[in-house]
Amino acid sequence: MGSLPQKVNVQVKTPDATEIRERDLLRRVQTGETQLFYELVKPYERRLYTTAFAILRNEAEAEDAAQEAVLKAFTHIGQFRAEARFSTWLTQITVNEALMRRRKAHTEIMEPIGEREEDDGTYTPRDFADWREIPSEVLEKKEIRQKLASAVAALTEKYRQVFVLRDVQHLSIEETAEALGISRASVKTRLLRARLMLRDMLAPGLGGAWFNRLPFEKGTKPW
Amino acid sequence: MVVNCEHVWREVSNYLEGEVDPTLRAAMAAHFKECKHCTAVLDGTRNIVQLYGDDRLLEVPAGFSQRLQQRLAQQTSSSRFRGIRPIWMMAIAATALAVGGLALGSAAVFRQPELRSQLARSPHGIPPSLIVYVSDDSRVFHVPGCKYLHKHDDEPAKQMNASEAMKEGYVPCVRCLRQYLTAGVECPRPAAATQWAEKPVNRFGQPAL
Repeated sequence: MGSLPQKVNVQVKTPDATEIRERDLLRRVQTGETQLFYELVKPYERRLYTTAFAILRNEAEAEDAAQEAVLKAFTHIGQFRAEARFSTWLTQITVNEALMRRRKAHTEIMEPIGEREEDDGTYTPRDFADWREIPSEVLEKKEIRQKLASAVAALTEKYRQVFVLRDVQHLSIEETAEALGISRASVKTRLLRARLMLRDMLAPGLGGAWFNRLPFEKGTKPW
Repeated sequence: MVVNCEHVWREVSNYLEGEVDPTLRAAMAAHFKECKHCTAVLDGTRNIVQLYGDDRLLEVPAGFSQRLQQRLAQQTSSSRFRGIRPIWMMAIAATALAVGGLALGSAAVFRQPELRSQLARSPHGIPPSLIVYVSDDSRVFHVPGCKYLHKHDDEPAKQMNASEAMKEGYVPCVRCLRQYLTAGVECPRPAAATQWAEKPVNRFGQPAL
C-alpha cells in the first residue's frame, strides 16, 4: 500500500511564491483594491464548499453558506490580522456560518454512527476484513464516490467536521483545531474514531464485495 | 515494549500521522507482523485516508465559482461594500469627525437642554471650592460631617472640592447641601405631605400612630 497523501505543512517558515502572492493580495484588498478579493478566495472555494457540506449535508444549503461566509469575510477583511493564515480564518467563518444555519434549521435529526461514543479514544473496530489495495481508478466510478460520501454523511457531526477538515481538505492538526475551536488532543481523538468508523463501514465493500457485484441484500453491506 | 491490540487501535491514527515516538512505533510494527486483525485495521485506515484525500471525491457543484463571483459583484455594488474603505479615506474621515466635534462642542448653539425638574438642575449654587467628601459606593458628594455619607473602615471617604466632584460625575446630597440646591427655588408641596413632614413618621415614612 502506498504512503499517505501529502499534507499541507504549516511549519514551513519560508513563505513560498503562493504565500507571498496571497500576502500581497491581502494588503492590496485591505487598502482598497476590493475588486481583487475574489482572487484571494479562489484557491479555497472548494474547501469552503466541502466544509459547509460536511456540516449541512445539503448541496444548496452548503453553497449558500459558503457564499455567505465569503461575503462576511469580505465585509470584515479589515479585521483580519496577518498572524493567522487567511485560509484558516476563512474556514473558521465558514464553519461558524454553517453551524449557525444548522442550529436555525434544527436539521440535526439523526446521528446514527458514534452518537453515544465518548471522546476517550476507545473505539473497538467491528470488522477485521482484509482490505486489499485499492486501485486509484476506483474513484472514477460515480457509485463508489457516492458510497464514500454517504459514509461520511453518516458520521456524527463532531467526527465528520474533523475528518473533512483534516483528511479531505488536508488541514494540519493545528489548523483543524483552530478552525473548530477545539484542542489538538480532541482533533486527534475524533480523527482516530472517524477513520476507524469509516473503515468499519467501508472495508467489507471496498475490500472486494462491491467489485464482485454482490447485492447488498445478501449481507455484504455492513450497515 | 510490548503492545496489545487495544493499544494499537488507540494509536493507529497517530501511527499513520507519524506522531508516535520511536519506541512505540517499533512495538506497533512488531505487533502488526504478528496480528492479522490489527494489520487489517491499519491497512483499512490507511485506505480511508488515501481515498478521502483524493480531490475527485467531493466535487463542487457546477457553476459554483460563477455564482460566487456574481454574488460578490452584487455585494461590491451594495451598501455592504461601503463597509470597506481604504485606510487613507478612513484617516481623513476620522480627522474630519474630530475637528467637527471640537467645533460643535465649543459652539454657542450646543448647550445643555433645559431640565424640567428643579432638583435635576445643575447645582450652580454650590461654591466650587467647597470641601466635600465622596465614597466609592455612591455617586453623591457630601459636606464634612454629613450623616448620610457612606463610610467604610477600610476605605475612608475621599476629599475633594465641589467642582472636582461635579466634574467626576458626583451629584450633591440633597440633605446636607440643601441650602445650595433650594436657594431661590420655592418647591410647592402637597398639603398632606407637609402635614406628614411635621408629624413623626415610622420607618416606612408613614405617620406614626
